[in-house]
Amino acid sequence: MPAPRSAPRPLRDIAVVAFAQTDHRRTSDELSEVEMLMPVLHRVLAQTGLRTSDIGFTCSGSTDYLAGRAFSFTMALDGVGAWPPISESHVEMDGAWALYEAWTKLLTGDVDTALVYAYGKSSPGSVRDVLTRQLDPYYVAPLWPDSVALAALQAQALIDAGDTDEPALAAVATRSRASATGNSHAQLRGSVPRGEHAVRPLRTGDCPPIGDGAAAVILAAGERARELCERPAWIRGIDHRIEAHGLGVRDLTDSPSARLAAERAGAFERPVDTAELHAPFTSQEVVLRKALRLGEGVDVNPSGGALAANPIMAAGLIRIGEAAARIGRGDSDRALAHATSGPCLQQNLVAVLEGDPR
Amino acid sequence: MPEVLKAPLVVEFPFTRSLGPVQSAFLTGLRERVVLGVRTVDGRTLVPPVEYDPVTSEELSELVEVAGTGTVTTWAWNHESRRGQPLDRPFAWVLVRLDGADTGLLHALDAPGGPDSVHTGMRVRVRWAGERSGAITDIACFEPHDDGIAELTGSDGRFENPVTGIVAPARLDYTYSPGRAQSAYIHALAERRVVGERCPSCRKVYVPPRGACPTCGVATSERVEVGPRGTVTTYCIVNIKAKNLDIEVPYVYAHIALDGADLALHGRIGGIPYDQVRMGLRVEPVWSDGGGHPDHYRPTGEPDADYETYKELL
Repeated sequence: MPAPRSAPRPLRDIAVVAFAQTDHRRTSDELSEVEMLMPVLHRVLAQTGLRTSDIGFTCSGSTDYLAGRAFSFTMALDGVGAWPPISESHVEMDGAWALYEAWTKLLTGDVDTALVYAYGKSSPGSVRDVLTRQLDPYYVAPLWPDSVALAALQAQALIDAGDTDEPALAAVATRSRASATGNSHAQLRGSVPRGEHAVRPLRTGDCPPIGDGAAAVILAAGERARELCERPAWIRGIDHRIEAHGLGVRDLTDSPSARLAAERAGAFERPVDTAELHAPFTSQEVVLRKALRLGEGVDVNPSGGALAANPIMAAGLIRIGEAAARIGRGDSDRALAHATSGPCLQQNLVAVLEGDPR
Repeated sequence: MPEVLKAPLVVEFPFTRSLGPVQSAFLTGLRERVVLGVRTVDGRTLVPPVEYDPVTSEELSELVEVAGTGTVTTWAWNHESRRGQPLDRPFAWVLVRLDGADTGLLHALDAPGGPDSVHTGMRVRVRWAGERSGAITDIACFEPHDDGIAELTGSDGRFENPVTGIVAPARLDYTYSPGRAQSAYIHALAERRVVGERCPSCRKVYVPPRGACPTCGVATSERVEVGPRGTVTTYCIVNIKAKNLDIEVPYVYAHIALDGADLALHGRIGGIPYDQVRMGLRVEPVWSDGGGHPDHYRPTGEPDADYETYKELL
């Protein structure tokens, strides 16, 4: 019997009902992580009128390597108000994966609401070097290839394949930062020079800004979502897939994991009007547009995307939040949100969000 | 607003990692100037070789030698070498498909001709490191090469004294800043004062303050000086001498509730034999020169505190 072509409908209707984020800045050294995060938690709760004690499940995404501060996520939990003990979990991943865990928890029917948050302070360290520590420790990490270098290898492969060229990459950067002029939280807005080559073929303008920031989302199921939000952004499907860790094993000009995640999330069943892509480097948008089959009619990264603000560990969750907020405002009816992790788009998450018919 | 405190922080660790049989053969081979791949069930040769097939997850074991020459499949010009990278001058990062392999190996290409001398499809060969230990860095880098395919050594992948592990040093440098609440706490310590923060909701005073009340989830902002005297709420006797610490064992490490604080902090107890320390003992700080936390706490001579006064702070 042939497999059904469409993705299965989730067991429960679950929606993003609130989203908040910090202004993303190059440095926030006057604030600890919890001090940076707390106002965002308060804002997202205020949007729904919920209090911590009303939340069924809390899940966060962060990494101690960024700020070099051990167990920082336990300190961040102070900002939630975790006493008496709450049902809580943490992933050492972008907050988009924390949202995935919260979504599965809601699917079980045990809880009706979830708080998801993520934060990253890149300013205390050197993020290009920090990210080398996620690589294969036997064959790759001892060479210390930094995140820009690996993205540049992918960009050159795309240029060699005829998929893009330096002017086309510059156009991605220009469009993203022009879109970000409408986003008061963005770190890089408006006219940003292409700059010198950082690691050729990538110029500084092809790279994301380095900065600190946090974001939070509230999920709710069924009628609870309608009570908390005028126009919930229903998660019609969400899936994540990963590719081999060996860079030389992969076709860097393609993203089969993003395509499969999108298929499993039902992204190809009907066109989307908006896509929020987590593409920290201009060249990665080229890969994702192809893998996710985004046509010219799709509004890609109206927020400016990760090229305008890339708080590591939060930037993927922000894509889901931005897509949901756009649905909430009535600017979108069906949006795709994407998050990535690992070098050269190794791991990808895709969510499809929809608003109720108007 | 007081000055933002900052201090250098180095996180350094020598990771000791054991190797699987395929990784061991590959890295031992590099020590012997031999490059090995591993054959997958569908007949592809993976270099660098892995223990499990990245597509089917089958365990792999068939080692095959490949040449020390190959072709660049993609590259990126590194204008400025960073710490730990294979070369200390500008170089190209490359993925190289060695002759006989079906996948790419990541490494550096030494290209004295600069970025305009590098292109995808160019031929390169391994430049071996002078001293080799069984590590990926036994390949010093690649270099341009126009003379065809290097001959194989005929290795069967078995070597004397195979390497079974690697030590991979990792170091990351940070500039640490403690944030608003802890900066104020540290500034006060420099004046030999202990300053906590009160929760506006539950009124508890946290020392040291972390900026948020973990019960209420709100910012603490009202500064409250506590102590200097306090009560030992609980303690332990330390019999293990810490490295680089000039304190004789046994000594007592205690939780101390400073007067006015709703959270005990911890410190060493001195000025009293270790076996006479008890719950309820009243103590005061002994400050050391140069700021920072008290060196230790010593008995005040007051009568012991009543259990009822500190039972909530245990």
